Amino acid sequence: MIIDHPLLGPRDASEFIYLGDASLLNRPNWDGKKSEDNFYKYLYLRENVAGMHKELWFHQQGDRSWLVISRNTVTHEIFKVELATEFKKNMGKSND
Amino acid sequence: MYYNVLKILKEGLNDNKGWKKTWQNHEIKKKYDVIIIGGGGHGLATAFYLAKEFKIKNIAVLEKNWIGGGNVGRNTTIIRSNYLLNENEAFYEFSLKLWETLENQINYNAMVSQRGVLNVFHSDAQRDSFVRRGNSMIINGADAELFDVDKIKSIYPFLDYDNARFPIKGGLFQKRGGSVRHDAVAWGYAHAADELGVDIIQNCEVTGFKIKSGTCVGVETNKGDILANKIGCAVAGSSSVLMSKANMNLPLESHVLQAFVSESLKPLIPGVITFGAGHFYISQSDKGGLVFGGDIDGYNSYAQRGGMDMLEDVCEGGLALMPTIGKARLLRMWGGIMDMSMDGSPIIDKTHIKGLYLNAGWCYGGFKATPASGWCFAHLLAKGDSHSLSENFQLDRFKNGYMIDEKGQGAQPNLH
Repeated sequence: MIIDHPLLGPRDASEFIYLGDASLLNRPNWDGKKSEDNFYKYLYLRENVAGMHKELWFHQQGDRSWLVISRNTVTHEIFKVELATEFKKNMGKSND
Repeated sequence: MYYNVLKILKEGLNDNKGWKKTWQNHEIKKKYDVIIIGGGGHGLATAFYLAKEFKIKNIAVLEKNWIGGGNVGRNTTIIRSNYLLNENEAFYEFSLKLWETLENQINYNAMVSQRGVLNVFHSDAQRDSFVRRGNSMIINGADAELFDVDKIKSIYPFLDYDNARFPIKGGLFQKRGGSVRHDAVAWGYAHAADELGVDIIQNCEVTGFKIKSGTCVGVETNKGDILANKIGCAVAGSSSVLMSKANMNLPLESHVLQAFVSESLKPLIPGVITFGAGHFYISQSDKGGLVFGGDIDGYNSYAQRGGMDMLEDVCEGGLALMPTIGKARLLRMWGGIMDMSMDGSPIIDKTHIKGLYLNAGWCYGGFKATPASGWCFAHLLAKGDSHSLSENFQLDRFKNGYMIDEKGQGAQPNLH
């Protein structure tokens, strides 16, 4: 796979480390009423979709930036690559 | 149809015209006692043991594609029971014992070959951890031997013992491990289940569950609705997609694992060898091809194919261990979709929906588990409570903190 890095242009996927579902950016509040249940869901449960998937990649062999990539898990087609910082800004606050 | 030597002789004289199909095609009934979703190794084994050991009649196995087309035909065919944690080791040792008698049980030649599995180690620290694992195996009734370099040299003289970076210092050997013809496992279980009256229905995709006030009473398929008292799901890499139809999120990620076969060579590797310094395992099939594999590609995937970078990584591991295979040409490669769990261990459990049961999370170790997985899942489906060997493989262990994390990697599925 070729990942079109927003700052560096097209890079081979082997330069990157994969972390997982971009929902990991949406860390629950630690002191809410449902925190225990929310952290369980946050840490262990995944939608694991066959289709469009937003996911976190780390450019370890490059500029060490975190990216959020929108990719089809069936075809491996990549539709969008964003810096995780930008993505997080647009994501809004997590709910408890 | 019962297979035996006399039958083979008779058919040999008869131009092989008298063979019947290995299993029959049946009309779908309106209702079953138990439906197994997924006609892979685990699903077929479950159906077989349900019928044979637990005397359940009226079982159907629903397969989306064809029998033998999924992960049961997409692995590197290795069987072994060399785990560290008791929860895993006891289970996999039970599985290995079932492999040993499998062919008589299912009246089918699955080419079970206990040719020995050798894990080589490369440092003192790794030796200590392998010794610990070997002791755990012995405690749980399995066999394990520690081999020194001379002993390994007598079996595998062609390994790169004096590799500057990863010299081979010894190995952990399990004599009873080995390999099995994987397609024959699928066909054999299908044959044996069919003989016991199980309906095996191919090209039947489950598109939804019929759930009435918290109880699952049947499934919706592309061939119409089918009712059942109990429904067991054993669909490996497709588990999350299937269970999302019951509004469940699972502690799983689906990843692609590749396997590779070389051209046919003369007998070279008598057993199974794994590299201790990278992820690489290899054996030689009876047809002569070197069958080998390594790590998963590492990102969520439902495509049954992987990237070339992992091919390179696997081949680098292979050449570091045995440079002699460097000139062998690659014949085939393929990918299977692994249901990678959050602690690297499987799930055999009921769900919060009554009548709906789950068998998943086998990561890339599902093939060797096939008989025990089928047996324990059948036990759960028939009796409603877990078999003692699978009672730790609970779906809610992640909530309760009872993880079975063999590698100690935490909730990061692509590292297990």
